[in-house]
Amino acid sequence: MTRLTVDPIACTGHGLCAELLPEGITLDEWGYPLLARGELPRNLVRTARKVAAACPTRALRLRDDG
Amino acid sequence: MTAMTAPSRTRGLLDGPGPSFGEHLAAHGPLPVVDPHTLVEEAGLLGRGGAGFPTAAKLRSVATAAAASRRAPVVVANGSEGEPAAAKDATLLVLAPHLVFDGLALVAGSLGATTAYLAADPALLPALSAHLADRRDPVGVRLHPVAQAFLSGEESALCAALDGRPALPRTKFPPVRERGVDGRPTLVLNVETLARLALIARGDDLAAASMLVTRRMEIGGTPWVDVVDVPLGTRVGDVLRLDEAQAVLIGGYAGTWVEAGRAAHLRLDRESLAPAGAALGAGVLAALPSDRCGLAETARVVGYLAGESAGQCGPCLNGLPRIAAALDLLARPGPAPSGLLRDVQRWSGLLPGRGACSHPDATVRLVASSLRVFSDELARHRAGRCHGRYGHPFLPVPRSPR
Repeated sequence: MTRLTVDPIACTGHGLCAELLPEGITLDEWGYPLLARGELPRNLVRTARKVAAACPTRALRLRDDG
Repeated sequence: MTAMTAPSRTRGLLDGPGPSFGEHLAAHGPLPVVDPHTLVEEAGLLGRGGAGFPTAAKLRSVATAAAASRRAPVVVANGSEGEPAAAKDATLLVLAPHLVFDGLALVAGSLGATTAYLAADPALLPALSAHLADRRDPVGVRLHPVAQAFLSGEESALCAALDGRPALPRTKFPPVRERGVDGRPTLVLNVETLARLALIARGDDLAAASMLVTRRMEIGGTPWVDVVDVPLGTRVGDVLRLDEAQAVLIGGYAGTWVEAGRAAHLRLDRESLAPAGAALGAGVLAALPSDRCGLAETARVVGYLAGESAGQCGPCLNGLPRIAAALDLLARPGPAPSGLLRDVQRWSGLLPGRGACSHPDATVRLVASSLRVFSDELARHRAGRCHGRYGHPFLPVPRSPR
């Protein structure tokens, strides 16, 4: 199962992730990401990897829990 | 600060004749050579720093990480006590420092640690240094002065400080039990946890079944603060004088308000407190006198807590000051801006689980409990009234941002 995680210290609220992956990420009223709960749908995993790689502060990550 | 001893089935942490090594040996005898792993497991010892984590599990995971990394672990006695309402760790370090050192020596020996620290308020260190000079522990203990800040005792912040970096929490991956001080597996235990371990090692089966409580109340209008050793399961009403109280803050500033009538019957253990949304936390029990405004007290504390945010995580950095400012308005008699209460509730919902540490989670829990318990006062404020009399604040908050 693959999940999105965000390193809250590294994240500075660029908001790029929510623009690139609106199916899985929205922004709170201060511009910080709110991640969809639970497992990332399989059809989004490839895109999510690209989005994580595009995070300006490398705060967005994908975690594979076995 | 006085230390009193409540009726206790055990000898108690604070019952020794005095703090010196001679008095310690006379009261408790020498530290036996034992393996703490099985002892804390059997005793079911839970950490006394706030989170209540099982000590056996912590010990085991540091031992495992040390074996895997093939690096000697670091052990840390945490006496930071950043909680302004708490005094139990400082009291313990003054009255029974050698129980803490014994506990530290036990875990250091069992884990094969080569480095041991005790972190505490700088004011306590000269006396502790003198006490250390009387001991011959195989692993010398280094004393570390802790900056007085709410988060300085958070274990990752403490490890950073011990490494000479700013005392800021970091993300939990990897945890300090795997990579802490000097990148080594690190066991951080609260000083009371270590002192209890020292009693358990001497065969005191009930040492894990008591807790140190910092009591704050008013008796006949006079402030009363002390530290008592109380058996787990004692009713809050048997620990505090509640006849003049309206509510009890259970756990401390990372804790929960409970109405006095309900609190009186709650027993001081995890299972009994959980249904009331409360936890033992840092062992603070504060009985708010009936002539104070609970909202004003909470607003002052939350203002302090917002200022104590490490400012590293966006939701905490943005959310806590807004919540604090709103609560400050709600704490005054008079109509508050419409929708403000809903704002507080929405912001509070945005914080849990989104910080590197639990500071935002705990703060919004405190806020939610205050809005619940002091809902009558909220209504009174809307009508332009407040039943708090002008007087000294009840809950202590450091004067300026530290």
